[in-house]
Amino acid sequence: MSDALKELGGYIEAKRTDCVLAWDVTHGELNLDVTPSNITGLVEFLKTDVTCKFSSLVDITAVDYTGRAKRFDVVYHLLSMYQNHRIRLRVSIREDEMVPSIIDVHPSANWFEREVFDMFGILFTGHPDLRRILTDYGFRGYPLRKDFPTTGYTEVRYDEAQKRVVYEPVSLVQEYRQFDFMSPWEGAEYILPGDEKQEAK
Amino acid sequence: MMDGSKGFEDALTGEQKIRNFNINFGPQHPAAHGVLRLVLELDGEIVERCDPHIGLLHRGTEKLMESRTYLQNLPYFDRLDYVAPMNQEHAWCLAIEKLTGVEVPRRASLIRVLFCEIGRVLNHLLNITTQAMDVGALTPPLWGFEEREKLMVFYERACGARLHAAYFRPGGVHQDLPDALIDDIETWAKEFPRVMADIDGLLTENRIFKQRNADIGVVTEEDILEYGFSGVMVRGSGLAWDLRRAQPYECYDEFDFQIPVGKNGDCYDRYLVRMEEMRQSVSIIHQAIEKLRAPDGQGDILARGKITPPSRSDMKTSMESLIHHFKLYTEGFHVPEGEVYCAVEAPKGEFGVYLVADGTNKPYRAKLRAPGFLHLQAMDHMSKGHQLADVAAIIGTMDVVFGEIDR
Repeated sequence: MSDALKELGGYIEAKRTDCVLAWDVTHGELNLDVTPSNITGLVEFLKTDVTCKFSSLVDITAVDYTGRAKRFDVVYHLLSMYQNHRIRLRVSIREDEMVPSIIDVHPSANWFEREVFDMFGILFTGHPDLRRILTDYGFRGYPLRKDFPTTGYTEVRYDEAQKRVVYEPVSLVQEYRQFDFMSPWEGAEYILPGDEKQEAK
Repeated sequence: MMDGSKGFEDALTGEQKIRNFNINFGPQHPAAHGVLRLVLELDGEIVERCDPHIGLLHRGTEKLMESRTYLQNLPYFDRLDYVAPMNQEHAWCLAIEKLTGVEVPRRASLIRVLFCEIGRVLNHLLNITTQAMDVGALTPPLWGFEEREKLMVFYERACGARLHAAYFRPGGVHQDLPDALIDDIETWAKEFPRVMADIDGLLTENRIFKQRNADIGVVTEEDILEYGFSGVMVRGSGLAWDLRRAQPYECYDEFDFQIPVGKNGDCYDRYLVRMEEMRQSVSIIHQAIEKLRAPDGQGDILARGKITPPSRSDMKTSMESLIHHFKLYTEGFHVPEGEVYCAVEAPKGEFGVYLVADGTNKPYRAKLRAPGFLHLQAMDHMSKGHQLADVAAIIGTMDVVFGEIDR
């Protein structure tokens, strides 16, 4: 399986040298790093080329790597039902960069791109209808970014006096519980209780 | 006049000026299978445009998963597709096992197959019968739910919960099955074909059921590729695509089963495919039971090691085991850095998990790929040109569950 994927990776790189930045096979999966401007062309090539024939789009998602200059990875998963293999395409972009939409090649990208926009705030150029999809009507912020708090910023309740649902800033009765169970010998980056004096020395 | 103009004008009579009618379907409609809101544009009774509004059941599962350990995340998967919970857990366990390189013991593998197929029957029973209810039959859901109830009892006897099982664990399954339970599952599997024949007799040749389903929501091979369909939506149109066969996981490669395919790709064919898949599942259940009783089907149900708890008896005698148990359930296990995509053939289609691990005890990012998300996306394409009443039939046949679509 891995050998066939390596062969395929080499083949794609040879055919589309301008698009592929790097490729590797890890955990029996083929990964391809692609430049943002070339993604549409490459996906179309992968769809039509007989050796690849990646006919279905499985998934589009993004990952937020806060420490990097190119903050987001947009990740595409493609599947070939005819050749029975999968591929993963990764596009690294900065926060202010936009990605070309692949909706013309795969109409199924529509909702996936809307979801990525909704969750990460990544804009797709050429998308006909880039609305929010999963979050509330009128929602603000991008929830799956690492700097968005899990509790969110607003909460809703039904107001008996106004007879409608009202939005209010989140107020937590007790602090959000995020226990740190990491072993003090490996993970903990804070001063352990009882160790305060150790620091003073 | 409805559009506010005064009286008739010359060539255009008032009748010709009738605008398309917009209606709101759901989110509280019984045929919407949950909290689906459709904005439909109708020309008379013909659907011109259909805009699904989803996200009313969005719970932010993926965000929550980033702040919990791998084991704490497992129960979230029961709450995705709550009709067949264990199939989702399976994908999560497979992803973790792929990254950590853990080999699942044979008995655990067989138990997983057994319960995945029970999940498939659970799902198809619900889908077939409620879809029949959407097109006007009341008896099938009553009969189907009786069988579902029996299967839920098996869930309960295996893991203690009727629905939210949390039974599959990374490295195996939580508890071994008692022999009595295996016997009872076998008894059920022997009796079930009779119930299938009853439902078959109610629906398959039923004139109304056929009129409402045949030639409705036809899916072509081109649609499948364009809209990324999977599961029964593909097989109903004649493509024998099944991940259990095409990219075998667990020990599906040693089971003998057929992949039913449809011919016309309409709602009726998908109904027939689901019926046949249940029969195949029952056959797999029989095979799994036989393998579980064989000598090589005995043994441990967890790959003992870092990611699984020690046995209870070890904990009573060994201090290290006790520490391991404590650390496993507080800190959790660490998964080596890397990214994987693991997919299973869930009853609704390809359910996948894209897991990015950064070497800590929590996933850096987990993306849940739900089959229903793509199927519902094609709603506009599939319902265009159909009657309003067919919308319910099409939603039914797509087998959407909002737990997994909205996540």
